[in-house]
Amino acid sequence: MMIGDALIVSAILFAIGVVGVLTRRNAIILFMCVELMLNAVNLSFVAFAKLHGVGGHVFVIIVMTIAAAEAAVGLAIVISVFRHFGALDLQNLKLLRR
Amino acid sequence: MTPFYKFQFYLFALMAIGAALLFVTRKSPVSAALWLVNVMFALSGLYVMLDAPFVAAVQVLVYAGAIMVVFVFVVMLLNLGRPDQLPDLREVGARIGAGLVGIALFANLLAVRREVLPVVELAPPSDNVVLPVAESLFTDYLLAFELTSVLLLVAIVGAVLLARKKAVT
Repeated sequence: MMIGDALIVSAILFAIGVVGVLTRRNAIILFMCVELMLNAVNLSFVAFAKLHGVGGHVFVIIVMTIAAAEAAVGLAIVISVFRHFGALDLQNLKLLRR
Repeated sequence: MTPFYKFQFYLFALMAIGAALLFVTRKSPVSAALWLVNVMFALSGLYVMLDAPFVAAVQVLVYAGAIMVVFVFVVMLLNLGRPDQLPDLREVGARIGAGLVGIALFANLLAVRREVLPVVELAPPSDNVVLPVAESLFTDYLLAFELTSVLLLVAIVGAVLLARKKAVT
């Protein structure tokens, strides 16, 4: 049963992405982990498209567009954070905690 | 499902998982980005195995070709310094929390495994793989498609505004 196996691969990739987001401190690597999570969700959409028709493929294309927009805005934020603090350490970003 | 296809499927699945593990353990952003490109190529192979060749092509073009290039470009632009001087891991509390979340997701995985998926045999995909996707995209999901174009415009304007050298006063 290939669909179940694809869903399990997707869940493993998603878990790896979550662990990366929760443990790393480098902002760029954190963004890449978010991209990995989006990719895992895309894989499960394609797997379900085998059961439910071609709508899943359309969802994947829209998710890719959202991911491109998110990467552009997120990396612009990363650049301005680097200009402000001179480093990408997320520990610097605690101005709101005071 | 021929054994050849099955073998290819598991090969690409193992490639994706192994490359993802290597990606998440790398310290340098550039090697992490290159391993992530490897994950995306393996995923595109999986999409071909799952009868979605158009999505596979778009995956290579958009993810590996555009988004990851932007990531590598930003790494080059920022001049981060040596990888061993970069910030690496969070404090212990966050790592324990990440372990707990990982265990919860693994339990979720076992629950998914126990569910039996219905066996549905769709019609075998025709030779024209783009036509059904295009028909669906431009009829059923037309509103989402148009909204996506507006979103891309907003993202371009926002990225340019955020990355400017001086803020507009």
